[in-house]
Amino acid sequence: MEVSRQYAVQMHGITKMFGSFCALNNVSLDVKKGTIHAILGENGAGKSTLMNVLYGLYQAEAGEIFLNGEKVNIKNPNVAIEHGIGMVHQHFMLVDNFTVTQNIILGNEIANRFGVLNMKKAREEILEIVKKYGLEVDPDAKIEDISVGMQQRVEILKALYRGVDLLILDEPTAVLTPQEIDDLIQIMHNLIADGKTIIIITHKLKEIKASSDVCTIIRRGEYIDTVNVADVDQEELATKMVGHAVQLVVEKTPAEPGEVVFEIDGLTVKDERKLDAVKNLSLKVRRGEIVGVAGIDGNGQKELVEAITNLTRAESGTIRINGAEIQNTSPRNVIDHKISTVHEDRQKRGLILPFTVAENMVIEKYRSQPYNKGGMLNRSEILAYTKGLIKDFDIRPDNCESQPVRGLSGGNQQKVILAREISNEPDLLIAVQPTRGLDVGAIEYVHKTLIRERDNGRAILLISLELDEVMNVADTIDVIYAGTIVDSFQQGEVDEKTIGLLMAGGKLNENIRQNS
Amino acid sequence: MKTFVRILKKPITSTLIAILFGFLVAAVVLVFAGYNPWESFGALFKGIFAKPKYISNVIIKATPIILTGLSVAFAFKTGLFNIGAEGQYIAGTIAAVCVGVKFNFAPVVQVPLVVLSGVLAGAVFGGIIGFLKARFGIHEVITSIMLNWIGLYLSNFIVNTATYHQPNSTSSYAVNESSFTMLLPDWKTSKAGMAALKPNKWLYEMMLKTDVNFGILIAVVMAIIIWVLLYRSSKGYELRAVGFNRDAAEFAGINVGRNITQAMLIAGALAGLAGALAITGTSPHKISQMAAFENNGFNGLSVALIAGSSPIGCIFAGLLFGGLLYGGQSVQQDVGAPTEIINIMIGTIVFFVALTKIVPSLADKLERRGAQRAK
Repeated sequence: MEVSRQYAVQMHGITKMFGSFCALNNVSLDVKKGTIHAILGENGAGKSTLMNVLYGLYQAEAGEIFLNGEKVNIKNPNVAIEHGIGMVHQHFMLVDNFTVTQNIILGNEIANRFGVLNMKKAREEILEIVKKYGLEVDPDAKIEDISVGMQQRVEILKALYRGVDLLILDEPTAVLTPQEIDDLIQIMHNLIADGKTIIIITHKLKEIKASSDVCTIIRRGEYIDTVNVADVDQEELATKMVGHAVQLVVEKTPAEPGEVVFEIDGLTVKDERKLDAVKNLSLKVRRGEIVGVAGIDGNGQKELVEAITNLTRAESGTIRINGAEIQNTSPRNVIDHKISTVHEDRQKRGLILPFTVAENMVIEKYRSQPYNKGGMLNRSEILAYTKGLIKDFDIRPDNCESQPVRGLSGGNQQKVILAREISNEPDLLIAVQPTRGLDVGAIEYVHKTLIRERDNGRAILLISLELDEVMNVADTIDVIYAGTIVDSFQQGEVDEKTIGLLMAGGKLNENIRQNS
Repeated sequence: MKTFVRILKKPITSTLIAILFGFLVAAVVLVFAGYNPWESFGALFKGIFAKPKYISNVIIKATPIILTGLSVAFAFKTGLFNIGAEGQYIAGTIAAVCVGVKFNFAPVVQVPLVVLSGVLAGAVFGGIIGFLKARFGIHEVITSIMLNWIGLYLSNFIVNTATYHQPNSTSSYAVNESSFTMLLPDWKTSKAGMAALKPNKWLYEMMLKTDVNFGILIAVVMAIIIWVLLYRSSKGYELRAVGFNRDAAEFAGINVGRNITQAMLIAGALAGLAGALAITGTSPHKISQMAAFENNGFNGLSVALIAGSSPIGCIFAGLLFGGLLYGGQSVQQDVGAPTEIINIMIGTIVFFVALTKIVPSLADKLERRGAQRAK
């Protein structure tokens, strides 16, 4: 492509190596001024690497970068900022106990000649930007007190305050609720209207369709294609991203539920601030059924899971598995009662990253036969068992049993956890955000696995912040709001909007159920 | 080139490079202080290797710090920073002296009794730290620093009690001879023993001029036991799991608090063992009034660091450290350079070991440059 002033960014023939691993091979990207340009690819495809090269965090081995038609050498992020490039990272870089204003001006403080900060002026300038782009934020609130969506707006404000023309958003929707995603897309459009250019890194097809003008697809470090978003549908995008046709809708037969296996009755749990996070919550899961709990983050899902797994105390109420009460016992007791949990935080609760795959596989079994022989680990038995699971669950690379689990991709780490938990042959499998941060291929795998286990007669409790996931996978959908299940539906009984309304605390009049 | 890079990436290479750099910096310091570095290092090596007696003394000096190093390394592998090895070591010496002075059984009973009492005392000191962390979340560094001082003053207190104080001295009574763990202490000074050793000059010097004792064997065996415990046993698996990721371990049903307490009990027991063996194996077989810490525990921190917290590595790191400490005295005698120079050298080595993460990243760079040139 020719170098021209029409383009805010042109990256030509970028190659980036990490040791002998080629993260980007001759990748090109041309972003027209005043557009929203999506970069689509699976996890590990090289999207973030490409943007980190543009932002000066990495130096490419080969290739040229042009900004507004001029060749530049971006040695470090300071150079990028000077050229008007701003980046909002997936993990926010904010000081928690500072206010919004303090965070925004950090590094760009306005001060008089005695070094005294002029907070008033800074605050006014920020309010001006807030108004201009509809970025609703309270400039005096502390970061630790505001929602994740708000924090993201602070990050965007921070970039705008520094006068950026090109804004890079790295997986901006990963942490947002559906409503917040809509707000973000609106903000992005406001920015474009003002002549800014936006690059958005994502693997969510729906959001690309909703927000972007052009989309560049990268697969395994290789440039695949650049398309006009209006000309393609989601299936085509997905196919280009993974390299083969994928099913976006989960195929399954109707559930054939059996007897009730798991029952929560009147459960109340307090959070860290001693407030009721779960209030008088009741739910049931039957054998051969997937019950999905849909809700916006922070409505008691975390505490619900912690109470079931006995990481925290239940104030009142009962949790029963096969008739036995398990509340306020121990995590060990829960596992012994054949409840297995895929925790939402893979790296914190699910895996011990420096341990090998084999060591992670036996973390709930290492003290029982045959993996333990007289207090010693039976290493050959553990390795053989792990190799079996690696094969059964298609974990890659397929010779990873003695490698640290840290080296595996997110999707394969999740497969390790799934393999481990399912091989416990649980009566109840709890999956919390099981596809968080996974790419399309891995998501498909996780959903198929859950349905397969349902068909094997297990009871499955799926707790997810992704409404699509609950709608697609669950047979029964329980909506959680403010710590309690506010309503329950069968799959297909109501549409996404209705559930979204309930998730946000709205009320239904009873005839909606019949009408839809 | 490739093999070179691979060698550079091995942890042992980094350590050896660090040691080399330590010597280099020490050489610079020596030159500035007006001493000939060659002569000084010559004196150092002579002080370590020149006579059988020296080698023997290096090993004796290394024994307690191998064990305290093992204590620190073990705790570190389980996610704990045992800065309290000093106090646990002192606790071991106190208990060994109290028991060894009070009782006088036959050696078969007496030796295990005295040594185990030291182990137990160290374990209690360590266990307190672990329990406080597990139960109340009090950071182990704070409690162990406090317990170090408690150990120091407790030791001074015991030295001055009527039961244990040796009149007209600043120390306690020595433990009864039945507690000694030297190699054949009676036989070697007997006429028959002297006659038997005489023909072999080497053995004669080592046996009669130094406190050759069983300590080093126990230290080596302990290093192997700790390695097996950590990497081959279910208990060690549990301890390491808790050390690496407490949250995941808890979620998998492992009792985190109990493991923290147990880890500190074991770490304390190792340091206590070091203290007890120092009492039973080397003169003066007693504790003395201390004005400051004697650093047998703190040196364990350096040993563990040089060893990269590898139990087996602690043996070699302990020997190196013991050699530098002991050989350093000769530098002072022969060249007149102050022992501070040796301390600077030891400090520099530890400092560079702490920086060793640089070496693999340098190796990465070399590798990339090689790859580029190949294109």
